[in-house]
Amino acid sequence: MQKNKGRSRFIAACVAPATILAFIFLVIPTINVFRMSLFRWGGYSPNQEFVGLSNFVTLFQDQNFYQSCRNTILLIVVVTAVTITFALLFAAILTREKIRGQNFFRIVFYIPNILSVVVISAIFSAIYDSKQGLLNSLLSLFRGDAEPIYWLGDQKLVIYSLAIAMVWQAIGYYMVMYMASMSAVSESLYESANLEGASKMTQFFQITLPLIWTNIRTTLTFFIISNINMSFLFVKAMTGGGPDGATEVFLSYMYKQAYTNSTYGYGMAIGVVVFSFSFALAAVVNRVTKREPLEM
Amino acid sequence: MAINKEKAAGEKSSVLGKAITYIVLGLLAITIIIPVAWVFMASVKENSEFYGNPFALPKGIHWQNFVDAWTKANMGDYFMTSVMITAMALIILLIVALPAAYVLSRYTFRGSKLLNGGFMAGLFINVNYIVVPIFLMFVSGDRLLNKLFGKGFFLNNPFVVAVVLASTTLPFTIYLLSGYLATLPKAYEEAAYVDGAGYFTTMVRIILPMAKPSVVTVILFEFLSYWNEYIISMTMLTDPNGPRTLPVGLLNLMKAQNAKAEYGQMYAGLVLVMVPVLILYMCVQKKLTQGMTLGGLKG
Repeated sequence: MQKNKGRSRFIAACVAPATILAFIFLVIPTINVFRMSLFRWGGYSPNQEFVGLSNFVTLFQDQNFYQSCRNTILLIVVVTAVTITFALLFAAILTREKIRGQNFFRIVFYIPNILSVVVISAIFSAIYDSKQGLLNSLLSLFRGDAEPIYWLGDQKLVIYSLAIAMVWQAIGYYMVMYMASMSAVSESLYESANLEGASKMTQFFQITLPLIWTNIRTTLTFFIISNINMSFLFVKAMTGGGPDGATEVFLSYMYKQAYTNSTYGYGMAIGVVVFSFSFALAAVVNRVTKREPLEM
Repeated sequence: MAINKEKAAGEKSSVLGKAITYIVLGLLAITIIIPVAWVFMASVKENSEFYGNPFALPKGIHWQNFVDAWTKANMGDYFMTSVMITAMALIILLIVALPAAYVLSRYTFRGSKLLNGGFMAGLFINVNYIVVPIFLMFVSGDRLLNKLFGKGFFLNNPFVVAVVLASTTLPFTIYLLSGYLATLPKAYEEAAYVDGAGYFTTMVRIILPMAKPSVVTVILFEFLSYWNEYIISMTMLTDPNGPRTLPVGLLNLMKAQNAKAEYGQMYAGLVLVMVPVLILYMCVQKKLTQGMTLGGLKG
């Protein structure tokens, strides 16, 4: 009995701090997001007025929200497709081929992942600068003194400039991840494929991809969710949503409405929609990519 | 004969393929190395050198940029604030997460399933969704304290930022640590109990030393995420004359850069943010890229 009491006390003492902190800083704010989406509240003033679903009604007529929606989805599709494809390709090359300096490449490719988004944004601002930028001065070698390209000023171009920065940041991380799972694929499979004369391409599609499919699936779902967050960090540091809303994404729009614009309830309604959207998307991706797992 | 010819052709194409592989890998490596190296180069250029060819080498090493950044642009203060917040957040995180992960992974008790599930669900809550509600919680907390004591506590307080950072990374840390702790054999604790050691002694003396590899992984990951973080510190440290972290200070300098054209200072500031991270990375890159597969996914 005495021992039991000590055990419960020990358990409580160990778990309580973590539970309390998580409750205050994760659970309550999350509940607040959902609760406050039903209120009209400036955030600073004491007047909170219950308005039901009216925030959501406004939201679905808000053209700016639709624009942020389009931008987010465009970034999700482009960045995910490019990053995952190249990460898989480079990982396959670095694990399957006998490349000298393999370690060097792995180390270098991972560097962008450890840098702050603020640093990456500053680097890409320097690259994209229309007058003294690295990219334009490199291009002027070929284009002569043509009108400079406004990588961050052109409303049509800016979202792709952003996408390139995001790919640059993410590619190494996923490459290292795929390298780990690819090196677990048994060598004998490739040997017998070689004996049967299967080309490198065939081996990649018939052996490597199917055998690491579970890993690809997890990373894909994960990447899509994290893309919604990363695009916010990049937009906040690099473009601030401009020019003229051309790079506004879900969470940057939410932040702007809730924090800068002081329409807190409205901002939280955006939060609820984005939250549901990302969960639904993750579920769909999970369902679509489902395959029978292969045994090695 | 025909077979030989085919083989030769195959070798030729594989040489070509290899060359292409090296070129593609090399190009990607260059697109990463050049911009990072360029920032280091730009940090020692004089302001006048920023007009003209950006690829030109610096005329001399203009250390004054670093002095100006450190003192005039307050990067020195920001650096200290960043160091303080990162250190405090790591300490809080480990003190809180280690015992919790230990108990959650190795004991069954009433509510243990619920708590485990709760922390797993916490993995899905991203801090970007809840940063504004946390901020407003602090606003009303400070309003109350102001009324009672005439002084706020929550906003513009590096310690509070550290607590928020540690708390919001708890689910991932507990997930990572419990995954590792669950693999240790139960026999260790049984032997310790037989020898008369208490629960607490067993945890601190026997289990935690064995958890070292996973603790190192946690420290590496969270050092990077705390040091590089800027959304929370930007939102919680609002006073323009108050404490500020290095990334937030830099962000402000970048915004002001267009107006004042203090390029040199800005790039010196960037170097200050990057150097600690790059040094750490050079020392532990193997551990980091391996630890990633141990810990699973993280953004």
